[in-house]
Amino acid sequence: MSAAGTALDEAPPPLPPRGWSGQRITGHILVALWILLAVGLVWFLVTSWNLPVVEKYGPGYLYGLGVTVGLVAISIVIGAILSIPVALGRMSKNPVFSGLAYAYVYFFRGTPLLAQTFLVYYGLGAFRPELQSVGLWWFFREAWYCAVFAFSLNTAAYQAEMLRGAIESVPRGQWEGAASLGLHKLQTMWKVILPQAAVVALRPYGNEVILMVKGSAIVSIITVYDLMGITRFTYSRTFDFQSYLWAAVIYLMIVETLRHGIEWIERRLTRHLKR
Amino acid sequence: MPGAWTLLSWGPEGWLDDIAYGVFVTISLALATLPVGLAVGFLVALAKQSSEPSLRLAGNVYTTIFRGLPELLTLFLVYFGGQIGLQKLFQLFDPGATVDVSAFVAGMIALGVVFSSYASEVFLSAFKAIPKGQYEGGHAVGLTAWQTMRLVVLPQLIRIALPGLANLWLILLKDTALVSAIGLSDILRQTSIAARVTKHAFLFFGFATLVYLVLSVISSFGIRAIERSVDNRDMRR
Repeated sequence: MSAAGTALDEAPPPLPPRGWSGQRITGHILVALWILLAVGLVWFLVTSWNLPVVEKYGPGYLYGLGVTVGLVAISIVIGAILSIPVALGRMSKNPVFSGLAYAYVYFFRGTPLLAQTFLVYYGLGAFRPELQSVGLWWFFREAWYCAVFAFSLNTAAYQAEMLRGAIESVPRGQWEGAASLGLHKLQTMWKVILPQAAVVALRPYGNEVILMVKGSAIVSIITVYDLMGITRFTYSRTFDFQSYLWAAVIYLMIVETLRHGIEWIERRLTRHLKR
Repeated sequence: MPGAWTLLSWGPEGWLDDIAYGVFVTISLALATLPVGLAVGFLVALAKQSSEPSLRLAGNVYTTIFRGLPELLTLFLVYFGGQIGLQKLFQLFDPGATVDVSAFVAGMIALGVVFSSYASEVFLSAFKAIPKGQYEGGHAVGLTAWQTMRLVVLPQLIRIALPGLANLWLILLKDTALVSAIGLSDILRQTSIAARVTKHAFLFFGFATLVYLVLSVISSFGIRAIERSVDNRDMRR
């Protein structure tokens, strides 16, 4: 038999048999537990399926989902607009602007969103006569507007830091190169810096959207009927634990869809970086 | 009408003593959650970086679920679900049994699972930053797997994971505000009561945010001190 040869000679040696190591046993037990939990969840939801109750409260969930999505979308957009001056302030060389922007960001990132929401809804509500005289009471009377107000200010602080981080991640040579080509600052920003910053900022922005979807659940505490608010309302009427489980399923589906969507967009945007 | 300083004073007239109790509850809840969350997060990270596919799957399911659910919903699931589940369990033995889940324990569990699922990601990326040669070196000098982990990998792992974990601590501190929704007397609940009784909502909620801000500032000083000591210990070697 010559060594130069057949495919049989070149085949790798067979893998050693995989024994039942401690790790493998633990892993299988844990996976079995998860499967058991999932089956239990489905079984519970199926057996406690009650058509009159579902018909009565089901549409509420759709409405709540709409409120949650609307709240998050509007807050994110307003926050994105507000974040531009804040980010510019953070990058400014003027100590007054940068100090103010730093204080803003520090305040909104250093305190709980729930406390900020309370401060706007209940706190500003204490100034009812003053707000009425300025004609702003209609705005701060509604829990929903207050929630949008607080959430926009909060997400603006986080988005400002992302924007700043992304812009500063673009090397200085890009600015200098654009300047030497005769582009002015705004053109450089729009055509050279932002496209590169967008790739860096995408993941943090996506995470911020997910955090907002999850964080928006707290508006149910200030009587807004978002998905969580509807869930609490349903539970208070029916004392049926499946109301919470359905909410969990819906939230998980939203977050997972968003997460995979962001990953897909990121793969598309970074196609040119792959080899 | 008492002035702002009277309302924020210590004693029967003011509310500072009540708010101080809330600060105590918030800090003890966060401090009680931290070790549990760190330990569970480390174990989940170990599972996720293991060579065994079933362990990885189990770890990833854990993170997906508890990072995807809103913290408030997790809290309610643990609080109400735990109550119902335990009640059913005890009624098997004693039909008349009623169970009350402590809000503190429910808060600890809920915040703990959320913290650990994020912490596992931090640990996982720290694990990836440690080259394979470190394990092989440990093996070559005759250390057992456990000794390699404890003496070689962990000291490096902690230094890499520290900034991420510090961030998670700040998030945990802010998330404790949610337990006010299940009736635990933390900072936000105590100030809510004060606001409702005195009708000075802006004063008290403004004070609450300031207290949280002070806690954050103190934490960042503490974190910087820890980071410096970890770096120094490294220098001396």
